[in-house]
Amino acid sequence: MQNKIPRQRIQFSWLFKMAWRDSRKNRSRLLLFISSIVLGIAALVAVYSFKDNLQHDIDAQAKELTGADLVLDSRKGVTKAMQKMLDTLGNERSHEKTFASMIYFKKGGGSRLVQMKALKGDYPYYGTLETIPLEAAENFQSGQDALVDQTLMLQFGAKVGDSLKVGDISFKILGTLVKAPGQTGIAATVAPTVYIPMQFLAKTNLIKTGSRINNKFYYKYNDPSGVDEWVKKNESKLESEGFDADTVESRKEQTGRSFKDVNRFLALSGFIALLLGCVGVGSAIHVYIQEKLSAIATLRCLGLKARHAFFIYLIQIFFIGLVAAVLGAVIGTGIQFLLPVVLKDFLPVEITMRVSWAAVAQGILLGLIISILFALPSLLSVRKISPLNAIRISFERTSQKQDPFIWLVYLLMTAFVVGFTHLQMKNWIQTLVFTLSIGIAFLLLILLSRVLMFMVRKLLPNSISYLWRQGFANLYRPNNQTLMLTVSIGLSTAFICTLFFIQGILMSRVTLSSGSNQPNLVMFDIQNTQKKGLDSLTKSFNLPLMNQVPVITMRIEEINGKTSSADTSNRRAYRNEIRATYQDSLTAAEQIVAGKWIGTVKPDETIYISLDQRYASQIHVGLNDKIVFNVQGMMISTVVGSLREVNWSRMQTNFRVVFPAGVLERAPQFHVLMTRVPTNELSAKFQGEVVQHFPNVSVIDLDLVLKLLDELLGKIGFVIQFMAGFSMVTGWMVLISAVLTSKNQRTRESILLRTMGASKKQILAINAIEYFFLGAFAAGAGLILAIGGSWAMAKFTFDAAFVPPFPATLLLFASVILLVVVTGILSTRSILNQPPLKILRSGS
Amino acid sequence: MESILNIRNVNKIYQSAGRELKVLNQINFAIESGSTVAITGPSGSGKTTLLGLCAGLDRASSGTVELNGIALEKLNEDERAAVRNQYVGFIFQNFQLLPTLTALENVMVPLELRGAKNIRAQALDLLDRVGLADRSHHYPVQLSGGEQQRVSLARAFSNQPAILFADEPTGNLDAETSEKVIKLLFDLNQDAGTTLVIVTHDLELAARTSRTIKIKGGTIISDENHSYAE
Repeated sequence: MQNKIPRQRIQFSWLFKMAWRDSRKNRSRLLLFISSIVLGIAALVAVYSFKDNLQHDIDAQAKELTGADLVLDSRKGVTKAMQKMLDTLGNERSHEKTFASMIYFKKGGGSRLVQMKALKGDYPYYGTLETIPLEAAENFQSGQDALVDQTLMLQFGAKVGDSLKVGDISFKILGTLVKAPGQTGIAATVAPTVYIPMQFLAKTNLIKTGSRINNKFYYKYNDPSGVDEWVKKNESKLESEGFDADTVESRKEQTGRSFKDVNRFLALSGFIALLLGCVGVGSAIHVYIQEKLSAIATLRCLGLKARHAFFIYLIQIFFIGLVAAVLGAVIGTGIQFLLPVVLKDFLPVEITMRVSWAAVAQGILLGLIISILFALPSLLSVRKISPLNAIRISFERTSQKQDPFIWLVYLLMTAFVVGFTHLQMKNWIQTLVFTLSIGIAFLLLILLSRVLMFMVRKLLPNSISYLWRQGFANLYRPNNQTLMLTVSIGLSTAFICTLFFIQGILMSRVTLSSGSNQPNLVMFDIQNTQKKGLDSLTKSFNLPLMNQVPVITMRIEEINGKTSSADTSNRRAYRNEIRATYQDSLTAAEQIVAGKWIGTVKPDETIYISLDQRYASQIHVGLNDKIVFNVQGMMISTVVGSLREVNWSRMQTNFRVVFPAGVLERAPQFHVLMTRVPTNELSAKFQGEVVQHFPNVSVIDLDLVLKLLDELLGKIGFVIQFMAGFSMVTGWMVLISAVLTSKNQRTRESILLRTMGASKKQILAINAIEYFFLGAFAAGAGLILAIGGSWAMAKFTFDAAFVPPFPATLLLFASVILLVVVTGILSTRSILNQPPLKILRSGS
Repeated sequence: MESILNIRNVNKIYQSAGRELKVLNQINFAIESGSTVAITGPSGSGKTTLLGLCAGLDRASSGTVELNGIALEKLNEDERAAVRNQYVGFIFQNFQLLPTLTALENVMVPLELRGAKNIRAQALDLLDRVGLADRSHHYPVQLSGGEQQRVSLARAFSNQPAILFADEPTGNLDAETSEKVIKLLFDLNQDAGTTLVIVTHDLELAARTSRTIKIKGGTIISDENHSYAE
């Protein structure tokens, strides 16, 4: 008689109960497995919270960023018609002229190129010029007084009340400038500011032909609601006059936009740490499920359905993932308070930190998705565990390839990584580049670990001692950690080393440019009448005249007969001021790549100019195209005769546009002179003399620029290293998790060896050898990736040679190995202190 | 008497290293409801494979296995799980208690899977019958081998199975403990009127059943009824 198949009614609550029971004694272990993602979540929550708070503060402090309701600025001179319009705008108005100039501290004798701001009016209308003493900001326009940036005051040991020479006249330092609206700490370091009253600008005699002056007009409105509309309405007029308009709204958007890039970088750094953690989670859960094989098989024997077995473990992962995500969110909320400290030099607003619940929710959701997604390949295999495993321990493993769901999960993982990256990047090409780079890095590390296992297996000689053989063999035997550790430690090492190498490339590129035969002092804005005098002064200091070139300021008026209004797709070409030179022969930094170089031209002959090839492609111009230049009012028709490749990294004056000799000799021009000063003392003395005798001449001290660049890169490097630190610590947590995951297998083997007479020292030596080579290989693989990536970037992006810094690289390599060995040894040591019998019994 | 288990023309073939390995060859027998049967044979003879097929843990390569009137080869894995839960009890050589569950919870699991209610008292009663009422809240690791196998017996009888499969039930126990466990097994079986199928090397244990099926090389070489069975 055919009986009916019984119906089973398993309640969902029982699955929760069973999940709870089954997790007993494993919860701390599970939490350790999943803790790999805690730091990644923490990093992302910190970044998201910071982003929220920053946006909130930008919104709240937007007026203080601009200091006015409307700012109009132009590098061009102001036409009469424009001036008429400017004078009618706003209810209150201020005018500021910004330019680069040398200053000279009379007391200490120091001089430096600064950003000079000559101000007329009550700007800022929102926020303040923060000064010490406070009243200096209000009073400096009443007399011949100046406000000097605090970095300058510190650099030259100047005090309030000291005298400062600017051009031909002296100012009393009335106060130290601490902060100006919208100014960041980094901007103050790179280009320190000095404020003087506009009424004394003319007396300084600094404004000469070719001086690069930026005019800024600040307006305050009693009712600012119509400002944005006014800007929109007058956009084309402003543009034709060479003016840019900045309103509170546009500044808000612009500041938010610039920080989007920073946040994007921070979020992606956190995401890399999270991905690294995911590798750890996936791998640890795999081992966990393997250990549960017998229990699952027994439950299946007793009548548990495959999908119910799957749900029991899914529930466990869900809750442990939730705990890890909440923990990550709590840590992240704490870490966000560190980010403003790390980024303080780059922030234009005061950050008020508060808990961002949106960021916390995002972090928790992300943690949950990631825990489940990366545990799913192992969880799915639970459905395939046969009840036969209960009676046959070595029953054959189910092939994962046969499970179509596994491919769906891999697809979901890829979609998740791509989707998340796209959410950060908002650009498909960047998303693909990022995900492909990460994917290739993962694949290379997997490949390298496989090569290692293969090589060790093939090349391990039988003649070496047992301890070495056993230690090496652990790299490829079943339950080895080679793959997981190579990927996790390798990727974090690669990440950190690449950042370190790139910082080095940038520094060495600049340092090389300032080698012992290269000039280290550049003087510009030299007028025709000053040229001889400055040459003599330089020679009197026994300094060489290394590079002397004329500079002529001009604009493009027409390209092939089209003016800017007709050629709307190429506005950039007409908009920017060009600084060109004339010469009869090419310099060592220039090489003709197309056309023919013509060094001189006779009157009435066609003027063949030469363009930098990159600039030519930017303005969509090729050989034989006709360009009309407006050289301060005079129209000069030219033809593109040649294209040059210019080595911009050479420390000399290079130009996008070069005229032949015989055309521009009589045009208004200034000169640039370069020299090399052997010592800092002589340099200070020479600069002092230049400022005293030629006040309008600006001097750039390249040694100082180098120092500044070092400082700047140091600050950027610190931010990068702070984020990379998350990956490093995550890598370490994955390492601990991996070591503890495979501890059971290793422990049993170690105990068996001890039973057979191996000493504790010998077993520790075997473990140390295994971890030493694992660490060495993982760090080595990471270094190979970093060196490869850095070399490619040096060659293709920075056009520089790359030689890894040997001692620092070795130190990093050794540190990673030490960390792996110490972690490995410490985790196995505790087991060795227990009697073998106890462990053998508990194991059975 | 009605057969609870009917095995007809059963073959089991495994693919190993690219070649076929025939583990069971044309197995035919039937087991009457309420009887006790031993399946014996040397290591590798196929007896555990046969037990797996009889209990619905695996599928035969060919032939039919009918348990309590249900043809197992037609069922999917989940349906076979439901059959096991309803009609089958198991006792394993290595006890197979769930290590994270207490003795009481281990006994309750088959009933919980069935969706039964008020099962605690029933499970406690069974633990009492195997002499472990006072150890009900202990975890397997806190129990001796004999105690673990007694919990396993209580669990096997908890869902009042129609047939109980025991795979080398004394294989991991010393002689004295084995004797106690076997006595308990037969006592409980007699009380419940369950069909008992034991896979064993132990000829003494086999002799205590009413019938012994000897298997060698995947083939039944003898099938004898014992007139002196308990």
